[in-house]
Formats: sequence, structure tokens, C-alpha cells
Amino acid sequence: MARIEIKGLNKSFGASRALRDLDLVVEDGEFFVLLGRTGAGKTTILRSIAGLEKPDSGMVKIGDHDVGGWTAAQRDVALVLQQYSLYPRLTVRGNLEFPLRSKTRKFTESEIAARVEKAAKTLQITHLMDRKVERLSGGEMQRVSIGRAIVRQPAVFLMDEPLSALDAKLRESLRVELKRLHSDLGATFLFVTHDQVEAMSMGDKIGVLRQGRLVQVGTPSDIYERPLNTFVARSVGSPPMNLINGRMSGGEAQIGAFRLPVSIAGAVERPVTFGVRPENVTLQSGAPVEAKVFDIEDQGVIKVLTLEMGSDRLHVTVPAGTKVGRDEMVRFGWKPDRVLAFDPDSGMNLALA
Amino acid sequence: MADVITRLDPTSRAAARGFSDMTIRNLFIIPTIVFLIVFNVFPLIYSLWTAFTDYRASTAAAANFVGLANFRELLSDPDIWRNFTITAKYVVITVTGQVIVGFGLAMLLNRKIPLKGLITTLLLLPMMLSPAVVGLFWKLLYDPSFGIINYFLGLGKFEWLAQPQMALWAVALVDIWMWSPFVMLLSLAGLSAVPKHLYEAAEIDRAGPFYTFFRITLPLVAPILMIAIIFRTMEAFKTFDHAYILSTQPTTELIAIRLYKMAFLEWQTGMSSAFAYIVLIVVVAITNIYVKYLNKAKAR
Repeated sequence: MARIEIKGLNKSFGASRALRDLDLVVEDGEFFVLLGRTGAGKTTILRSIAGLEKPDSGMVKIGDHDVGGWTAAQRDVALVLQQYSLYPRLTVRGNLEFPLRSKTRKFTESEIAARVEKAAKTLQITHLMDRKVERLSGGEMQRVSIGRAIVRQPAVFLMDEPLSALDAKLRESLRVELKRLHSDLGATFLFVTHDQVEAMSMGDKIGVLRQGRLVQVGTPSDIYERPLNTFVARSVGSPPMNLINGRMSGGEAQIGAFRLPVSIAGAVERPVTFGVRPENVTLQSGAPVEAKVFDIEDQGVIKVLTLEMGSDRLHVTVPAGTKVGRDEMVRFGWKPDRVLAFDPDSGMNLALA
Repeated sequence: MADVITRLDPTSRAAARGFSDMTIRNLFIIPTIVFLIVFNVFPLIYSLWTAFTDYRASTAAAANFVGLANFRELLSDPDIWRNFTITAKYVVITVTGQVIVGFGLAMLLNRKIPLKGLITTLLLLPMMLSPAVVGLFWKLLYDPSFGIINYFLGLGKFEWLAQPQMALWAVALVDIWMWSPFVMLLSLAGLSAVPKHLYEAAEIDRAGPFYTFFRITLPLVAPILMIAIIFRTMEAFKTFDHAYILSTQPTTELIAIRLYKMAFLEWQTGMSSAFAYIVLIVVVAITNIYVKYLNKAKAR
């Protein structure tokens, strides 16, 4: 079947190393999201799997086959790109039929028609079939591009930031559709994005990529709640996790002059970077720490407060109804069991180290 | 009106350099317009007038208005039609040849190869030469007794230019040699503008090389290729220099050569003006057909 396995993949472009000894396994039928910033090597991984890029060393396996020497055409993967890559001057139908008309696949006309019809229905583009692709909106183009991928019924779908060029609303609805498509098709999806919301909301599994290395692989809740280091911790969640320098002392967190309870097992006396997500910080009149409200961002459902505590700033989310004003002094605490401790030098999560 | 021209936009670069719009007008625009009027517009209108007269530039006799007589005579002259037929054949041969050779070269060059810049420049050399010079040295190359072409092809004393049927092809070959680089240059620009990700998508979709070429490359390059064809057709229609130098065969008498003979050897100025206008109309008509196709290709 279509399990993707990558072992020791290396790729350099001139002096810059895009991938460093990368290992990655995407199980059959999994929706795997690679999350990383620009230049982290996401696209290079996809292209190496697709056969468009030749890695310097390492192995790529699709299913049971080492596809190292295979061309892109032989690998039977579908690739959906951010820039759609629709074939110009063809109609939507022409684009959807394109991969089926290849000489190496012998489809009858009725088979082609049936597959195109089905893909068009799935993606709700039946009304656009005879339109030239130049006359489509961005969202429609991306649907066609996804449609072109699914008509072939490949075992592996590779998607390189397919939603990034779309506006926010469309992105949300296509996100839902893609997930649905995944569960309908049961195929292996490898999805690349820099958008942590996409990664969190779509992936069965997320791989966080940094400078050509996989930092952590796990389910969205693993990544969110048990990040391996501060980089992963800051990569997901919006607003991102608060990182506050302090020290462990007497089983409590000491931050400046304040002391806060934590439930970190086996805590020893040492400097620590405490990590706490904005939603785990609580405003309470009797809470241990005092801070000034620096900024308020009303997002409708919640309010995001930026608190100033000495030189540190931290984000707190509170219910939208909370009455609070700028420059007001507030007191806050946190949920002790939701506080993570990182090594201040290496950034590693002390609980997982 | 004068105030409008003399008023200087204080932020303009001309103002910063101390040029007023007036200076610019006097220095650059007026000379250009005068030049255009004297050498283009006036001859165009004057020749339209002489086309309807029996004017001969070689005599002092006044021109008499003869109405459409010149046109009537020309269009009923079978020799003129023969010139047109030869020219049409010549245009088809050269333009087809140039598109095939030029586009082919562009396809070969449109990839990463060592010394690409140097090779491209060298390939462009023919079109930078003077057509008269090209005609002269190709005459030497074609020479039946000591020409290098016969030597390399082992054709003995093959008469390239003296055989009535071969001569037109020989002249056309020179034009193809000279102007294929032009088509190549434009094609290269078109080819390099085709997004690479389309080829990658096609590769993943298992499109073969021919399918990729006809479905992706050609449609995207078609508009610019069409422009090259328009230019080359217009130019081929008025081919004179190298054809005149290479061959004196009646089978290579292109309309431009006939026109030249009529105007400057026979001094039938009025008649040749009429002839020139007929040629102009034909070229404009053909160009229009192409432009229509071009717009269609762009609209698609």
C-alpha cells in the first residue's frame, strides 16, 4: 500500500542544506502535515517524494518500493501546488482529463468521462466544466487542481501549501473539504504548510520541521500539549505559548518576585523557562502575580490580553465578557498542571528530556 | 497651448536637469517629426499621387493624370502575376523554414547547457549582417566550380543559382540561414516564459513529450511565435538585396526586384508607384489575417 518512508534524506542547494538526514514515516491512509517556516525544507521533501528533485543521499520508499531511481511519472503520486499549475488554454474538463489521457494509462472514453464526472461532483465544479481555466477564481482553480489529482486515484497525495494563495474564508471551507476528501478516499495525504492553524485542524499527525530537520512528530494534541522544545511550543497555537524565564525553587515557580505553584514531577532547584499557553493563564482577584494590561485584542469569542510583567510580556485569553481596561493592574495565576518547564539553554522540554 | 507646453512640472527630472519641456520639444521631438514627414509621410502621399499618373522621373515632361490605368495595366499583366506567385512561394518556403529551424534551435537552447550565452550570440550573428554582403558571400559559397557547398556535399559542379528551378530554393535558403535566428530569439523568450511547474505537473500526470509539447509548450509560445511569423512574412515579401545579388533568373524575380527594375531601370515612376501600392495592400491584408489569429490565440 502507500506508506511513505524516508530514511536519511540529504539535499543541498549550493551552500545551503535544505534537508539534513531526514527520517519520516507517513502511514498508509494518514493525513500527515509538515509544518515549517519558509526555507525549512518542506517543499524539498515533497519534491523528493514526487521525484521532481533528486536527493543527494537517502532513501524514499513508497509502499514496498524503493523509488529512488523512478521518474515522477512512475511513482504514481499526485501533487497539488500553491500556484495551481493548471494547463493553460484548456477547459476545466480538459484539465481534469489530462492525466487520464496519458498513453501509459489505457482508459476508455466512458471511463474517463465517469472519473471526471465523479471528481467534478466531489469538488462541486460541475458547472465550470466547459470554462477555460484562465477565467476561474483562485478557489475554483485550486478545486480544479485538486480534481486533477483525484481523477487518477493515486495512492499518495502530496500538497504543497495548496490553500495559501486563497483568502481566509475560502481557505476554511476548502480545509473542511480536503479533510472530507481524505476520509472518503482513504488515501495517504502529505500536506505541507507554514500555517499552524491548518496543521492543527487538518492533520492526523504533524511533523514540525526546522532547517531541514524534523523536530517533532506527533498528533496535534501531542504537539500542542507536549512540545519537545520551545521551538515546537511556539510553532503552534495562536497566540503562541508564553515563555517566561524563572527558576524552580522549593517545588514552586519563581518568576521575579512572584511565586506560583507548579506540578512538575521531580522538580529540582534550577533555572527554568516556564511555558504556559494563554488559555491556561487565569485572571483572578486573589491570584499570586500582579501585571499591567498592555493591550487588549477583542476577537469576539475571546479577548486576548497582553500583560506586562517587568520586562516580560505574556498573552492571556479571557472570555469576551471580561471587563478590563488598558493600563489596568490585574492579578493572574495559572493552571499548575498545564505549565511546562524547558531548559533555558537547550530549549528542551524537561519532562520529555 | 504654448503656455501648457512651457509650464514646467517642477518635480520632473527634466526640470531637475535644467531642461524645460520646450527644450525637449525643440531638441528631440521636432527633428523626429520633421524627419518622419520628409522621409516617410511625404513620399507616401506623393507616391500615391504619382500612382495615378504617367509620371517618369527620368524626363522633364509634366505628369498627366491617368486615373486607374496603371492599376488596370498591372493587374492584367501576366508577368506581374508571375512575380506574385514566385514571391508567394518564396514567402512560404522561407517563413516555414525559419519557423522550423528557429523554433527548433530555441527548443535546443532552452535548457541548461554550457556556454549557452556564447552559443546564442553566435547563432544570432547572421541576422546582424548586411543582406547585400550575405548575398555576395553566399554567391561564393554556391559557386559551381570553387564553392565550398559543392565541395562538402560532393556535388561536383552543381549549378545552384543557374538552374531555374533550384535558384529560388537557393535564394530562400540564404534567407532561412539569415533570419532563423530572429525566430529563435523570439521563441526563446516565449519558451523561457513557460512556467516550469507546468512541466512538472505534466510529468507527474505522465504526459509524454509530444503531448506536453502540443498541450503546454506550443499553446503558450503560440502568440509570440505568431509575432515572429508576422514580422518574417512582411520582411520576406519585400526581400530584395540578397536575392538581387544572388540570381538574375526570371524564376527568382521577386516583386521587390520587379519593382526596382520598373522604377529605376525602366523609369516608369507612375506605374511602379501603383505597383508598390498593390504590394502594400497585399502585405497589409496578409498581416491582418495573422493579427486576427494572434488576437484569437491571446484571447484563448
